Amino acid sequence: MDFAALWNSLPDYAHSGVFIVAVTLVLVVSVAMLTLWERKLIGWMQLRRGPNRVAIFGLLPGLGQPFADVIKLLIKEVLVPAQSSKFLFRIAPAITLVPAFATWAVMPLAPGFSIANVDAGLLYVLALTSVGVYGVILAGWASNSKYAFLGAMRSAAQIVAYEIAMGFALVGVIMASGSLNLGTIVEKQHGAFLAWNWFWLFPLFIVYFISAVAETNRAPFDVAEGESEIVAGFHVEYSGIAFALFFLAEYANMILVSALISVFFMGGWLSPLDGIVAADSALFQIPLLGTLLNNGLHWLVAKTFFFLCVIIWLRATFPRYRYDQIMRLGWKVLIPVTIIWIAVEGLMVYFKIGPWSA
Amino acid sequence: MLVQILFYAFATVLMGSALGVILSRNPVHSALYLVLAFFTSAALWLLIEAEFLAIVLVLVYVGAVMVLFLFVVMMLDINVEEVRKGFTRHAWLGWLTVLALVAEIVGVVAVKQLGIDVTKAAVPVAADHSNTAELGKVLYTTYVYPFELAAVVLLVAIVAAIVLTMRKRQGLKLQDVGAQVATRREDRVRLVKMQAERRE
Repeated sequence: MDFAALWNSLPDYAHSGVFIVAVTLVLVVSVAMLTLWERKLIGWMQLRRGPNRVAIFGLLPGLGQPFADVIKLLIKEVLVPAQSSKFLFRIAPAITLVPAFATWAVMPLAPGFSIANVDAGLLYVLALTSVGVYGVILAGWASNSKYAFLGAMRSAAQIVAYEIAMGFALVGVIMASGSLNLGTIVEKQHGAFLAWNWFWLFPLFIVYFISAVAETNRAPFDVAEGESEIVAGFHVEYSGIAFALFFLAEYANMILVSALISVFFMGGWLSPLDGIVAADSALFQIPLLGTLLNNGLHWLVAKTFFFLCVIIWLRATFPRYRYDQIMRLGWKVLIPVTIIWIAVEGLMVYFKIGPWSA
Repeated sequence: MLVQILFYAFATVLMGSALGVILSRNPVHSALYLVLAFFTSAALWLLIEAEFLAIVLVLVYVGAVMVLFLFVVMMLDINVEEVRKGFTRHAWLGWLTVLALVAEIVGVVAVKQLGIDVTKAAVPVAADHSNTAELGKVLYTTYVYPFELAAVVLLVAIVAAIVLTMRKRQGLKLQDVGAQVATRREDRVRLVKMQAERRE
């Protein structure tokens, strides 16, 4: 029996299982590589070299750094503070990690393909990303340390504030595509570069990007960690692999929000040539180049990578926001902007302007 | 069969976490049990194919309401002994509520058993049926006025909550962002030309 026949004979849950394992493995390796890429990129931006000691196979100095880090963290002792809430302390890193991976279930990875084609996919994404905050809150509370607790409280207030702006920005996306299904959202952006949602929803795109950075607790919104004020914030009491899990979750979340921005505003797996060149044109028939230029997973990967680089760039450029400034930005700037633009968009839909003229 | 196993598994967890809410000594643990209860009820709703309600339950209650709830509970310094002082005094009220609830549930089940069921059994629909879209259609056509009214009620509540907290406290040091942004360099820094001094 050849491979294709064997594959088709498998039941649905086996297919899903294989995809889940594949996506998870790719994500874990990406996270490892992303930590290295971040340090390298920031290094270059600041005229340093970044990690360049651990080489594997004598190639590319620094390539072994993530593995060296993982091994180091694995063999360290996991300290549990004496007066802490032991069970919650141990389970908190897992709670942060789960949503970052589970959300990939509804991600439209390639034309017509996602692991689970959920109709309320966008709500599923919102629901899961909002669960991630529990890991941070629990870690901060269970540690029974004032610094950790302060970090947790900051994070809770910040995430509640930015979740609203994020939700409103997504309302605009729903209005543009008329569906909560992520696959449909991508397909509705069919057309060239300017047909993607970012153009007509530009303010929402910016708001979503800022909120996404804030949701992942990344610089310049990383007051939950705030090394200069509260040591390391919510994970100050964590060591060894428990700390590594928080680290993993942060980078997995970065990849996730970058992929989500690509899907919501940058056309996901759509190629920039889509809509300019006809789908049956001879260009897409050229062996390797045709596949590269056509729609596909690689475009999603490329766009995700672009946004990851921007997030890292932000970290290299901006100093940390003060806490009240973060709150002001969230409540007084981002939310009004989204509400105004939703009204504008409503008018555009009503008067059939731009992409709604058809 | 699988659905039934899942149902009883989730139902057990739900009952356990509901008990945990009222039995645990630590208020934060109680709130966390409540989160677990919401989550398992969402799973139960998924089993009866009400995926929209299930996801919204997680989104609204777990993602927003309970985060704020935990936020408050963690900040409070609750003396558990103090709270438990009136426990036996009000126990009769608790028992009364429990009796009423049990009577209601028994009533519903008894009505079903007698065959004079007023609610029809749900008819399974095709797999590609989207109850999110259905709900949207009904909410914005048949029930559009009640829906808008609910929105207005919520808006009033938001305005009221903001008004309640909008009081100027005396002696509060606040920043005026406008003034900060409008500052010119001349307001803060002064360049002074002076002769270099020679060290003795």
